[in-house]
Amino acid sequence: MQFKKTWVMTLALTSVLALSACGNNNGGNNATTNNGGTNAAATNAPTETSSGAELSGSILASGSTALQPLVEQVAEKFMDTNAGVDIQVQGGGSGTGLTQVAEKQVDIGNSDVFAEEKLKDADAEKAAALVDHQVAVVAIAAVTHPDAGVTTLTKQQLVDIFTGKVTNWNEVGGADQKIQIINRPSSSGTRATFESFALGTKTEDVQGSIQEDSSGTVKKMIGETPGAIGYLGLSYLDDSVKTLSYDGVDPSVDNVISGKYPVWAYEHMYTNGEPNETVKAFLDYFLTDEVQTGDVVELGYIPASQMQVSRDVAGTVTTK
Amino acid sequence: MKPRTVDKIATSVIVFFALFIVAILVGLLGYILFRGLSHVSWDFLTSAPQKIRAGGGVGPQLFNSIFLLVLTLIITVPLGLGAGIFMAEYARPGKLTGFIRLIVEVLSSFPSIVVGLFGLLLIVNYFNLGFSLISGALALTVFNLPLMVRITEQAFRSVPNQQKEAGFALGLSKWKIVTSVLLPVALPTIITGTILSAGRVFGEAAALMFTAGMSSPRLDFTNWNPLSPSSPLNPFRPAETLAVHIWKINSEGLAPDAAQIAAGASAVLVLTVLIFNLAARYFGRLIYRKLTASKSMD
Amino acid sequence: MKPKKARIEKHHIEDFIGRTYMSFCVALLIIIIVSMVYFVASKGISTFIGGDVTVSDFLFGTKWSPEGDTPSFGAFPFIAGSFLVTLLAALIASPLSLCAALFMTEIVPGWGKKLLQPVIELLAGIPSVVYGFIGLSVIVPFLRNTLPGQGIGVAAGALVLAVMILPTITSVAADALASLPQNLKESSFALGATRWQTISRVIIPTTFPAIMTGIVLGMARAFGEALAVQMVIGNAPFIPRSLFESASTLTSVITLGMGNTTMGSAHNNALWSMALVLMLMTFVFVFLVRLLERRNKI
Repeated sequence: MQFKKTWVMTLALTSVLALSACGNNNGGNNATTNNGGTNAAATNAPTETSSGAELSGSILASGSTALQPLVEQVAEKFMDTNAGVDIQVQGGGSGTGLTQVAEKQVDIGNSDVFAEEKLKDADAEKAAALVDHQVAVVAIAAVTHPDAGVTTLTKQQLVDIFTGKVTNWNEVGGADQKIQIINRPSSSGTRATFESFALGTKTEDVQGSIQEDSSGTVKKMIGETPGAIGYLGLSYLDDSVKTLSYDGVDPSVDNVISGKYPVWAYEHMYTNGEPNETVKAFLDYFLTDEVQTGDVVELGYIPASQMQVSRDVAGTVTTK
Repeated sequence: MKPRTVDKIATSVIVFFALFIVAILVGLLGYILFRGLSHVSWDFLTSAPQKIRAGGGVGPQLFNSIFLLVLTLIITVPLGLGAGIFMAEYARPGKLTGFIRLIVEVLSSFPSIVVGLFGLLLIVNYFNLGFSLISGALALTVFNLPLMVRITEQAFRSVPNQQKEAGFALGLSKWKIVTSVLLPVALPTIITGTILSAGRVFGEAAALMFTAGMSSPRLDFTNWNPLSPSSPLNPFRPAETLAVHIWKINSEGLAPDAAQIAAGASAVLVLTVLIFNLAARYFGRLIYRKLTASKSMD
Repeated sequence: MKPKKARIEKHHIEDFIGRTYMSFCVALLIIIIVSMVYFVASKGISTFIGGDVTVSDFLFGTKWSPEGDTPSFGAFPFIAGSFLVTLLAALIASPLSLCAALFMTEIVPGWGKKLLQPVIELLAGIPSVVYGFIGLSVIVPFLRNTLPGQGIGVAAGALVLAVMILPTITSVAADALASLPQNLKESSFALGATRWQTISRVIIPTTFPAIMTGIVLGMARAFGEALAVQMVIGNAPFIPRSLFESASTLTSVITLGMGNTTMGSAHNNALWSMALVLMLMTFVFVFLVRLLERRNKI
C-alpha cells in the first residue's frame, strides 16, 4: 500500500514536470502533432521554391473578433484561387492574437489596436519583432437611444458625459432624460480608439454604467434603454439607434477617408518578422482593389488603401 | 391561529410554489420553442451560417457539437470506467481512496470558465494544439471524467453481490469477474448516466470559447479524410459548437436575422437536451424492467 | 481442467493488466487536478510577484482601472459582486426548492414526484447560454419596465442564477427528505401533530444539514457560472449601490477581458488571479459540503 501511494505521487509529479517542460519551449516539438498550420513559418526554409511557382502551405490566423469575418471571407476567396493553400482563421480577441503571433503559435495575429499598445513594458521587445499590415479601417460613431434628443455633441460634451459630469440629456441640449452610459470594458480596442480620438483622454469608469464587449449587445442595449449613449463601428449602425455627429462632422465613410472625421482605427494583421511567401501573397491579396473595394466595403469596413491620411502609433496624423 | 389553519395555509403555499416551478419550466420551454421553432427547418439545420446576409443556418455548428461530444466520450468513457471500477471494486477504505474521492468531487465542482482557462493555458498554448476540437474535447474531459467515475462507481455498487460470488465460485480472476460478469450488468445504468452527462457536454459554452474556438472554417462534407484541414472529421481544426454560436451571434451577429437565428439555435439546443433526457429515461425504465424480471428468477 | 499453477498465472496476468489500467486512470485524475492547481496558481500569483500589487491591494482594493495611466487592480467589487449574486440567488431559490422537495415527498408523494422529477431534470439540462439569452430578452425588459433602473444589474443576475440552481437544491433536498425513516413521521402524527407541524418541527430540523448541503452545492454552481450572468449583470467594476445597478462578478470580468489582453500583461495576470480566487472558492465550497455531510451522518 505504502509502495503504491509513493508510486502514484511520483507519477503525478513527473508528469507535471514534463508538462511544464513542454511549456517552456513554447511547443516547439509539440507543433509536429498539429495539422501543420503553425509550421508554416518553419517550412519557409531553404527548400522554399522561388517565386512564380504554385503557392502551397497553410496559414493560421487568430485574434480580433471584429476583423474575423473579413479575414474569413477573404481567406475563402484566396483558397478558391490557390488550391494548395489552406487558411484557418480563429477568433479569441486582439490580445490572444498578439500573444499567439508573438509566441509564433500562429502566422498572423489580427488586432484592433497597434501591437505596441498591448505589448508594453516587459513585452515591448515582442512588439518590436512584429510586422504590421494594415488591411482596413474601422470608424466609430457615438450613438444614442433615439429619444435622447441630440444630433451632435462636441468633444468636451462627450468627455463630460463619459466621465459622469453631465448626467442628464437636457444639460447638452436634449430631452429631460437621465443619461445611461453603455461603455466597453477597459481592455477593449474599440474603447481605446474612442478614448484616444473622440475624447482625447482615458476615462475612469462611472458607477452605474453598463459595460459590454460586443457590438451587437451594445447596439441592442442602446436601442432598448431610454437615455442610453454608447459607441459603435459604422457597420453596426441602423435605425434602432441615433448616430451623432462629432463636433458637427458626420461620421460618413467619405469624411473618414478625407480625414475630417477623426474617430477611426486600423485593423492590423501582424506577422512575426517578415512573412513567408504564402503569407505575403495572402496579405498582398488583401490590399488588391478586388478585396479593398469589394469584401472590405461589403462587410462594412473602410478600405485602408483609399485613406487620404495615415496615422502612426503615437496617433500623429499625416496627409498622404 | 389554530394548527389546522396553519397547516392548510402552509400546504397551499408549498403547493403554490411547487406549481410555480412547473410554470417556470413550461414558460421557459414555451418561450424558447415558440420563438425558435418557427425558424427551424431542414435548411436551417444543414446550411452554413451567413456573415452579413439573412438566411444562414447552423449546420456546421450542429455537426461540431455532435462530433465534439463523440470525441469527448471516446476519451472519457474508458478512463471513467477504469477509475470508477477501481473505486467500486478495488479501493479499500483508506487515505488514498478518500483522497481520490475528494479529487473527483473537486474536479466536478470547478467552474467551467476555470476549466476553459486551464485549457487555454495548457492545451491551446503550451501544447500548441491551438483552438481545435481536440483541445475542446480535452477540456470537456476535465469535468466529464469525474461524472463518469461517479456513474461507474454507483453502477457497479448496485450490482447484486451474488453475481460476484458466482464468479468467484467459477474460479475466475477478479478482473475477469469485473469485465465479463459485473460490467454487463452495470452497463445499462452506465449508459443512462452517460447520456445524461452528454446533455451537459452538449450545452457547454464557457469552457469551449477558450479551447475549441469561436470560428468555423469552411467544411467540405464530401471530404472524410480526417487529416485534411477542410474535412469535418479533422480533430485539429477550430470548431464553434451550437452553444458557443448562440453566444457569438447574440453578441456579434451582423446578419439581419441574428436574433431569429439565436432563438432557432436555442430551440435546437434545448430540443437536443430534451431528447437526451428522454433517451436516458427510456433506458432507465428498460433496465428497471430487466432487473426486476431477473430478480424474480433468483 | 488445466493444471492449477497455470490457472493462477493467468489470473495474475489478467489482474495485473486490469490493475495497471485502473492505476493509469486514477493517476490521470490526480495528474489533472495537480496540473490544474499548479498552472492556475502559478499564473494567478504572478500578479503579486515582482509587481507592486499586493495581495491585500487585490482582495480589498475597490478601484479597478487596469489600463489607466496609473493602473490599479482592486478586485473587491468583483468578489463582492460574486458573493452578492450568489447569496441572493440562494435566498430566492432555497425556499422554492424546499417547497418543491416537500411537495414531491410529503404532500403528494405519488404524482408529485412524477410531475416534478422530470421538470427538475429538464431545468438542470437547459444550457447556461440559453438561460442568459432568456434573461436578456425576458427578465431584463421586465425589470426595466416594472422597477427603477435599467433592468440590467444584480437583481437580473440573481434571478437567472436562482432558476439555474433550483434543480440542484431541489434534488438534494428531495433525496434527503425521502431517506428520512418513516417511523419518525408516524410518531409525530401519532402525537396529534398536523402535517405542517411535523414538517416544521421534525422533518426540516432532522434533514437540515442535508438541505444545507444542497444549498451550498447550488451556491457553488452560481458562484462559478459565467456566461448567463455576464449577459445580464451590466459589468461595471463597482460595488452596486442598489440591486438594480450594473455590477460585475469575477466570472464576468474574466469572460470580458481574457481575449482582449495579452498573456503576461499585468491586466491579464490580474484576471488569472481572479481565476485563482474562483478555484480557491471551489475548495471552500467542497469543504463546506464535506463538513455538512459529516454532521448529517451523526
